Amino acid sequence: MTEQINIPSASTSAQQRHTATPAAPAEQVVRKSSFWRIRGEISRRSAWLLTVAGLSLPFVVWWLWTALGLADPMFMPSPGAVLERIGRWWTSEGLVTDIGISVWRVMAGFGASALLALPLGLYIGTYRPVQAFLEPLIDFIRYMPAVAFIPLVMLWVGIDEGSKVLIIFIGTFFQMVLMVAEDVRRVPMAQIEAAQTMGANRGEIVKLVILPSAKPALLDTLRITCGWAWTYLVVAELVAANSGLGYAILKAQRYMHTDKIFAGILLIGLIGLLTDQAFRWLHRRAFPWMRK
Amino acid sequence: MSDAKIRIRGVGKTFVNEQREVQALQSIDLDIQPNEFVTFVGASGCGKSTLLRIVAGLESPSRGEILLDGKPIDGPGVDRAMVFQHYSLYPWLTVMQNIKFCRQLKVIRDTVRNDSDVETAAGRADALLNLMGLTRFADAYPSQLSGGMQQRVAIARALMPKPATLLMDEPFGALDAQTREVMHDLIRHVHRLEKSTILFVTHDVEEAIYLGSRIVLMAPRPGRIDSIYEVPLPAQRHQDMKLSPEFTELKREILARIRETSGMQTDLEQLAKLSAVTG
Ligand SMILES: Nc1ncnc2c1ncn2[C@@H]1O[C@H](COP(=O)(O)OP(=O)(O)OP(=O)(O)O)[C@@H](O)[C@H]1O
Ligand SMILES: [Mg+2]
Repeated sequence: MTEQINIPSASTSAQQRHTATPAAPAEQVVRKSSFWRIRGEISRRSAWLLTVAGLSLPFVVWWLWTALGLADPMFMPSPGAVLERIGRWWTSEGLVTDIGISVWRVMAGFGASALLALPLGLYIGTYRPVQAFLEPLIDFIRYMPAVAFIPLVMLWVGIDEGSKVLIIFIGTFFQMVLMVAEDVRRVPMAQIEAAQTMGANRGEIVKLVILPSAKPALLDTLRITCGWAWTYLVVAELVAANSGLGYAILKAQRYMHTDKIFAGILLIGLIGLLTDQAFRWLHRRAFPWMRK
Repeated sequence: MSDAKIRIRGVGKTFVNEQREVQALQSIDLDIQPNEFVTFVGASGCGKSTLLRIVAGLESPSRGEILLDGKPIDGPGVDRAMVFQHYSLYPWLTVMQNIKFCRQLKVIRDTVRNDSDVETAAGRADALLNLMGLTRFADAYPSQLSGGMQQRVAIARALMPKPATLLMDEPFGALDAQTREVMHDLIRHVHRLEKSTILFVTHDVEEAIYLGSRIVLMAPRPGRIDSIYEVPLPAQRHQDMKLSPEFTELKREILARIRETSGMQTDLEQLAKLSAVTG
């Protein structure tokens, strides 16, 4: 007990004051490295080193593999060749346009999906009748492979921008609704009941308790589903597009430009990684109360 | 006795799950006077929490009714604050924001008529923070506080709307003995100061005697009131009273009765067999 409460007429505070016994001789604690402790902490430096090592490992193997001439450059270009190709793509083959159009499609599909999934998931997670009515249906649709909808989407919407956005939407929306509903259901009942006993009405509970309480989980859900949006983008662009990163990869296959295929895959991975990091950064910034 | 603050009339509660029915409360009759401090003890599962939650309006009774100031209870309300055993603080709000949470609610805002009301409220929040010894932690988040400090914030938050009735379900269950003693004097002080009616559930018989003016002993299977004890202590309580003969005698009596009603006995023969086996 370090802090003390000042109560008029409290009789206990006096008893709490007594001289501290001299501290026991400081034991010589042998600090073992926490490297292999279960869920142990490691220093920032080692964390960074390990991250860099982990990321560069496949590149080193790849580079060695090609440098030693173990692979046919026709099928397996060297890292240098791929880097060179990215440079060429950027300067003369319209890389910026390709990235731009792909990012736009992901944003549109993912944004539309989030815009609808957030309120719908909130309703499903908050009200049991809505859950009983909609969740089994959404669960059912979720198990239909989004990719199988592509022919139908092409028949209905054609092959213009709408179809790509719609495929991304189909691929992410249903999962997202269910995840949002689950995030909302995870809000502790005690937090809700505390508000009820303070006289909060339904709207206030949703606005002042459920939403702020679920926000960190919701941001994580968005982060994860955003990754899926990129997967469906590539699928959509592979079959029904004439622009974008996925289309570039498909076209490269026709001309046996394996270096460009590599470049496209790596770029998509890089964009995904950056998006993910942006979400994580936002998470740390927006929820400082989660840190201990 | 028509001016009872809370009248519990034949209240029963049966929980129905998929496979079985649990009769949590059989038929409870109890009158609680204004500004009374009633403590509830009893073996685990005798329905103490259920009864408190019904009074809070968080659970509806299967039978009977509860009158609050003569009117039947219909859902939770600002007039009955509840402090839960497990921390129900809002981790995204600071200590001060948690305490002031109710200020955002329509029921409270509607009572605000002018600036001086707002000022009074701000003063009350400060006073509660001070009373709980948390002034230095006004801007801290709950995750930065110890369990005892968090529970004090929860109590301050419950007191903020000046509830006429305070419902507490083992609020100090997770606290260490010293912090608990401090909290006991604090809650008695609040009781005197605010003239509130308090219903307090606990496992700790000593706590029940020290705090309550009346002790309701409940028995399980089915949940019911077994007996009611008047506490023979003056209104002004003092930690030393815990050593008085009346106190220890009442404690012994209640503990014995809880043991009798719990249906769980220490079977010495079984224990002997067990130790024979384990060698
Ligand atoms: N939501 C519920 N659904 C089903 N059964 C319940 C529910 N809540 C309580 N019960 C049952 O009702 C009985 C009384 O529970 P309650 O929590 O009121 O007891 P308690 O006296 O508070 O016990 P404890 O001292 O352990 O907190 C128990 O048998 C419990 O299993
Ligand atoms: Mg209980």
